[in-house]
Amino acid sequence: MQTPALPLPESRPLVPPALRGVLPVLLAVPALVLFQWALSGSEFASYLLNVMGVNIILAVSLNIVNGMTGQFSIGHAGFMAVGAYIAGYASLQLKEVALSFLPVAASDQVLFTVALLLGGLAAAACGFLVGLPSLRLRGDYLAIVTLGFGEIIRVVVQNTDAFGRALGLSGIPQYASPSMVFFWVFLVVLAARRLAASSHGRSLWSIREDEVAAEAMGVDTTGYKVRAFVFSSFFAGIAGGLFAHFVPIINPGSFTFVRSMEIVVMVVLGGLGSTTGAVIAAIFLTLLPEGMRSLFGALGTEGSLAQRVDQIRMPIYGLLLVVLMLSRPQGLFGTREIWDVLPKWLSRKGGGRA
Amino acid sequence: MAQLLQHLINGLAAGTIYALVALGYTMVYGVLKLINFAHGDVMMVGVYMGYATAFALGREARGSLVGVAAIFAVAMLGCALLGFLFERFAYRPLREKPRLTALITAIGISFALSYGFQLDIGFLPGASPRAFPEIIEPTEWLIIGDRDVVVWNWQVISFLIAVGLMVGLQYLVFSTRFGQAMRAVSWDHRVAALMGIPTDRVIALTFMLSSGLAAGAGLLYAIKDTSVSPLMGLYVGLKAFVAAVIGGIGHVPGAVIGALVLGLVEEFVVGYAASSWRDAVAFGFLILVLLVKPGGLFGRVAAEKV
Repeated sequence: MQTPALPLPESRPLVPPALRGVLPVLLAVPALVLFQWALSGSEFASYLLNVMGVNIILAVSLNIVNGMTGQFSIGHAGFMAVGAYIAGYASLQLKEVALSFLPVAASDQVLFTVALLLGGLAAAACGFLVGLPSLRLRGDYLAIVTLGFGEIIRVVVQNTDAFGRALGLSGIPQYASPSMVFFWVFLVVLAARRLAASSHGRSLWSIREDEVAAEAMGVDTTGYKVRAFVFSSFFAGIAGGLFAHFVPIINPGSFTFVRSMEIVVMVVLGGLGSTTGAVIAAIFLTLLPEGMRSLFGALGTEGSLAQRVDQIRMPIYGLLLVVLMLSRPQGLFGTREIWDVLPKWLSRKGGGRA
Repeated sequence: MAQLLQHLINGLAAGTIYALVALGYTMVYGVLKLINFAHGDVMMVGVYMGYATAFALGREARGSLVGVAAIFAVAMLGCALLGFLFERFAYRPLREKPRLTALITAIGISFALSYGFQLDIGFLPGASPRAFPEIIEPTEWLIIGDRDVVVWNWQVISFLIAVGLMVGLQYLVFSTRFGQAMRAVSWDHRVAALMGIPTDRVIALTFMLSSGLAAGAGLLYAIKDTSVSPLMGLYVGLKAFVAAVIGGIGHVPGAVIGALVLGLVEEFVVGYAASSWRDAVAFGFLILVLLVKPGGLFGRVAAEKV
């Protein structure tokens, strides 16, 4: 399979190397404070931010498997479902429990974190199971197995009494807040970036570029593929757990093949292999329907068209994929990150050709 | 015993329709190594074309043999054209690109079609399912005992058509010049082009054939199911695809046998266990087959080149 060459960033760094390591923290902490301050009033804005954060976590985590390792997985919603259901179920069981040595709010957050981690670990276990067939299957076949696995998870959930069957789980305490969601966004982005730069990450890249050659160079390809799946599905499970704690109800309908494809679109739009690309695409694709809705509202077609935005979203996703593949198959950023690309854009704007 | 026989017949009937859709997947994959994810949705468009034709013909004409032939002809030709357009404008520009890009394009087309058809703007039909008009009057063709086992005429018709098409395709692929060209393109389309085979034309024709087949299969499905909706392609297509993979994708008889096996497995799950587990069992069966034979039942695993 022909793939674009792995870029080795050589351009002048936008951020001095010494600062790079701490940059995420420097950016994230004020951002969190700002969020908490800005959102103290608006319920809708915090809902939107929660959705956006969950989408970012899903896109960045899927990018580890699809982008970095080159194993096309199209069942990510299945892992999200596992996380959502396990964490939601745990929270429902722990609802009445309070850690008496802590204030109520803190106790809730501790229990919430425990539930989230349970969901994440359960999803990681499923990721291990899905990773195993990748020992024998490649390319298209593996994609179909992940798709099948996602669907199987959905059917299993749908037939489990403890998970409310088709009705789903309701009454899950609404613990998730934008700052909590963004804490996890921060964590997943940081983890993905550190992974990409580590020797483990380099092994993943080598599998993406040429599996046979990687194997010949002594890379334990199967081991790394399984690890990528486990790592990625852990975060998908966390995203599911967060999701379960801010929507009023979760049911098997939230985790279909279509949901998986939405995440794939985010990763592909951002560029397979680009963490910042995945983040930006997730933000863009979360805001797009909202933007269209308010645009139609401003145009005065509130009633009919604004309601149709949700319907229009999916065909637009489809067309977007086609147009993107035909015009820019590597996505917005390719395998590069925004700081590899931004200086070039800026200098091109400022002083002619870079 | 009678119950078992009835399940067998129902399973085979369901399997034949999967088989017709699966043949389309397998042909395109055989020639282009592309999983045409939009195949099921092309089928759905074909069903709507048939639906529109049936209404245009009116109640009297649509039941006649000529009417049925016209409905099938319009849907199959319309879809063949659609297949040609997709190949020409969506897949051909990507032929030299990584295979993943074409797969993503196919998924995109699938979503644009299935969700686009749910809109109710202009000629688009809207999301709610519609009843497909009765173009072949269902009659009980064979009754054994006190209605212990019932075979319907549409089951027999579908089965015969599917088997006929399979034999025809097998003949086309292995005994005609076009089939020879198809196999050459499948082997290595660059070398085939050097040998003077009009690669583009062969691939385009394969696409048209597979899309036309999909429309025919979709109409048979609609006759059986009597309900059509924009999302039907997504799930029937997925199942047919699973069938093609079980048989070993790219293998013509494999697709049919895989589809029949899948139809039987599903029917037995519904009959003897619970219908809500049907999809999980279908995919579980797929994973099981792939784990034992990574290339499907009849497929070969190509050696990896370095």
